[in-house]
Amino acid sequence: MVFWRKKNNASEQEREEREDKIIHHPREPALEVSTENDSPSEKEPSFETEADILDDLESSPVPHHRPLEDAKEAEELSDHSEEGGWLSRLTKGLSKSTGRISSGIGDLLTKAKLDQDALDRLEEVLIEADLGPKTAAKVIEQFAQGRFGKDIDEQEIREALAETIAAILQPVARPLVIKKPENGPMVILVCGVNGAGKTTTIGKLAHSYKFGPENHIAPQSVMIAAGDTFRAAAVEQLEIWAKRTGSPLVKKDIGADAASVAFEASARARKEGTDILLIDTAGRLQNKANLMEELGKIVRVLKKQDESQPHEVLLVLDSTTGQNAFSQVEIFKEMVNVTGLIVTKLDGSAKGGVLVGLADQFGLPVYAIGVGEAVEDMQPFNAKEYARSLLGLGH
Amino acid sequence: MFESLSQKLGNVFGKLRGKGSLSENDVMAVSREIRVALLEADVALPVVKEFIESIKAKAIGQNVIKGINPGQQVIKIVHDALVEMLGSTTQDLRFGAPPSAYLMVGLQGSGKTTSTAKIAKLLSEKHAKKVLMASLDVYRPAAQEQLKQLGEQTGIATLSIIEGQKPLEITQRALETARKEGYDVVMLDTAGRLSIDTELMAEVSAIQKMAKPVETILVADAMTGQDAVNTAKAFDEQVGLTGIMLTRVDGDARGGAAMSMKAVTGKPIKLLGMGEKWSEIETFHPERIAGRILGMGDIVSLVERAAETVNTQDAMKMAEKFKKGQFDFNDLLAQMQQMQKMGGMGAMMKMLPGLSGMASQIEAAGLDDSILKRQEAIISSMTLHERENPDTLNASRKKRIAAGSGTSVQDVNKLYKQLQQMQTMMKRMKKMGAGKMMGMMKNMMGGKADELELMAKSMDPDGLGADMAGLGDMSSGLGPNPFAGKGNPFGGKADLASLLSKGKK
Repeated sequence: MVFWRKKNNASEQEREEREDKIIHHPREPALEVSTENDSPSEKEPSFETEADILDDLESSPVPHHRPLEDAKEAEELSDHSEEGGWLSRLTKGLSKSTGRISSGIGDLLTKAKLDQDALDRLEEVLIEADLGPKTAAKVIEQFAQGRFGKDIDEQEIREALAETIAAILQPVARPLVIKKPENGPMVILVCGVNGAGKTTTIGKLAHSYKFGPENHIAPQSVMIAAGDTFRAAAVEQLEIWAKRTGSPLVKKDIGADAASVAFEASARARKEGTDILLIDTAGRLQNKANLMEELGKIVRVLKKQDESQPHEVLLVLDSTTGQNAFSQVEIFKEMVNVTGLIVTKLDGSAKGGVLVGLADQFGLPVYAIGVGEAVEDMQPFNAKEYARSLLGLGH
Repeated sequence: MFESLSQKLGNVFGKLRGKGSLSENDVMAVSREIRVALLEADVALPVVKEFIESIKAKAIGQNVIKGINPGQQVIKIVHDALVEMLGSTTQDLRFGAPPSAYLMVGLQGSGKTTSTAKIAKLLSEKHAKKVLMASLDVYRPAAQEQLKQLGEQTGIATLSIIEGQKPLEITQRALETARKEGYDVVMLDTAGRLSIDTELMAEVSAIQKMAKPVETILVADAMTGQDAVNTAKAFDEQVGLTGIMLTRVDGDARGGAAMSMKAVTGKPIKLLGMGEKWSEIETFHPERIAGRILGMGDIVSLVERAAETVNTQDAMKMAEKFKKGQFDFNDLLAQMQQMQKMGGMGAMMKMLPGLSGMASQIEAAGLDDSILKRQEAIISSMTLHERENPDTLNASRKKRIAAGSGTSVQDVNKLYKQLQQMQTMMKRMKKMGAGKMMGMMKNMMGGKADELELMAKSMDPDGLGADMAGLGDMSSGLGPNPFAGKGNPFGGKADLASLLSKGKK
């Protein structure tokens, strides 16, 4: 199976994948598993191999997470966080998972043959990083090609697996290109489910465009529109961010039509010659048809100002989210034509491994990642660093 | 939330249907599929392994009960294991000597503040408690302001905001105020924090020690992935959780986090957040959720919700009319309004066995309740006489109604046709199996009938009927029906009327 193959018909693809043997446990009593890689001695009655999995329970990587260990680990890492910016932050966050991943891999291999057992456990390591069973199976399959049965040590395994993952993520590691149209502002609409971190993301975006050294762009004038007219104190929250970044805020009372806020903000930004207009929206679950329709209306109304608006539609994804991220991207994309993702809360113990599958299926660029609550805690997404951090490798 | 998992397991059991005996390979096939399904539902890997082990231990070597479909037998085993894992009893909120402190903890953006207000509202309305809410979130911009506004919206008292106070100081002030002013419960809404943030975890631990809460509730998003185990474990170790509230259960996440967190902490899931309205909070019933996971529908919830919204007398009247096939626009209107009260079409269908999968398709197809609203407008534009005597509708009357409701004559015609079809349907209601519910719903929704028909055709041929029949079989064959709790009001030849009358008890 070609890893990069994409199909237009998502449901067909899904069905096919479901039927695909690789989604099953690799050691299922196979009807069609190729035998070329199996040494004869490994062939056992199927139920015994299944039972083996259960026997393996003790030794398989189970998340350990104790405050004491955390504290120790944080201490070890504290030096790094002083010396460097986002990378160390990311490493620090990811180290919680890489600690597990490293020990998992360390347990299973010191220069030994890469066999099915090892691959199974690698796959489980990826599953625990939220890659999901399908993507994990695909990655492992790709990774095993040409390596199966060869002698390989721990370092090599990590390097190779990181490369495999980085290769998947590389095409989506693209920054958001700022390009102000001549006749108005560049309009960036920010959407996502409740609690994903939209408002904080807007504060960080405003900061980086205004003061923008990290993105190597000239400072821009930024305006913010408070399109979350539903949640209590959402406007107040954004108001504080606007003040912090010195950006004008367009707002209305709670309960006002979000589309009208967007429309007026767009008009005002054009009049005042603002470079960038950031529009916040209320959090909404993607299966709420009426709320999604409301979001669609915001886009339609903006198009009345200028057909090219909004120039970017950002979907903010919480990295603690599991496989539901697929549904989020799919439905938001369909409704408002999402142009890129921002992944938040990557400084926590979750590592957002679902990104790997999203990159494969949707190919949407990951414009930036959020690694903290401070205004400067937003950084470009670097596929290689991310993949390497995920596997506990240095930079 | 668990719909997709239900579908997945449904596929597995579909394969087992019709087999005479339960072979080892059957159990293998099931456990493999369950593994993938659970992982895709975001159940944490160690929990999945444990679960599968328990399934296999129970299933293998068990005698096949005569006359029972082996698939059903596995369903029962899986169901029991799920219930066991989710916690086999419902756990109520606890109270101590007033003021009882409730401590709300969780990650950023998990829904703590909204949940705080929902619980406060629940306590004050259903438990008649005097509740004070206090926000200890001094970090996120406008967090305290948010709780204050929620207090104004819900009519729950909030602690006044004093700028510059630290979380511990606020806690102390909240406790003192609660004591002095005679509050029964004081709810402490803490700032969102990462479980690996040692400083903030130490802070919440200090708050916990000071407040000595009777309930320490972890608020967690139903969409959470594998990290749910880490988060739940870390918070449990730091502050000693007493329960978990799962939020955004009204989303389409499969909600495996519920299983993960219960398994790893052993702490009960006490509450579910089901929407953005204050009333959309439900107690967690493992039996029901397990039933939902298995695609058995959540009949108990449906009946309960019906009981809350349906007036007995109305139901009896309606039942009479159904039997006689007398069904006029007034009845149609009443039914539409009832449906909306019960949470709309989507919410109802999610709770019906075998239809849970359709709910998402219907939502995707845009068949939301706006159609009901339009039809309501049409009926509202009719005179009382017309409503009682649908046959009097002639061309000029239809024109007037269309103009009055802002619709077209075609729309009015469509509704009229639906009513006629419904009259026939009602007459047949008694004989009607669940499969034909589809037809009824198609009629009720008009507009996109064709899409629905396609949907109906694309469904597993023995899906609905077999699910229904299966439920019936189960209850007779395996003793007490393990799924619905109190029998299945929709099983076999049940009709809507009996559901409605059963509802009010």
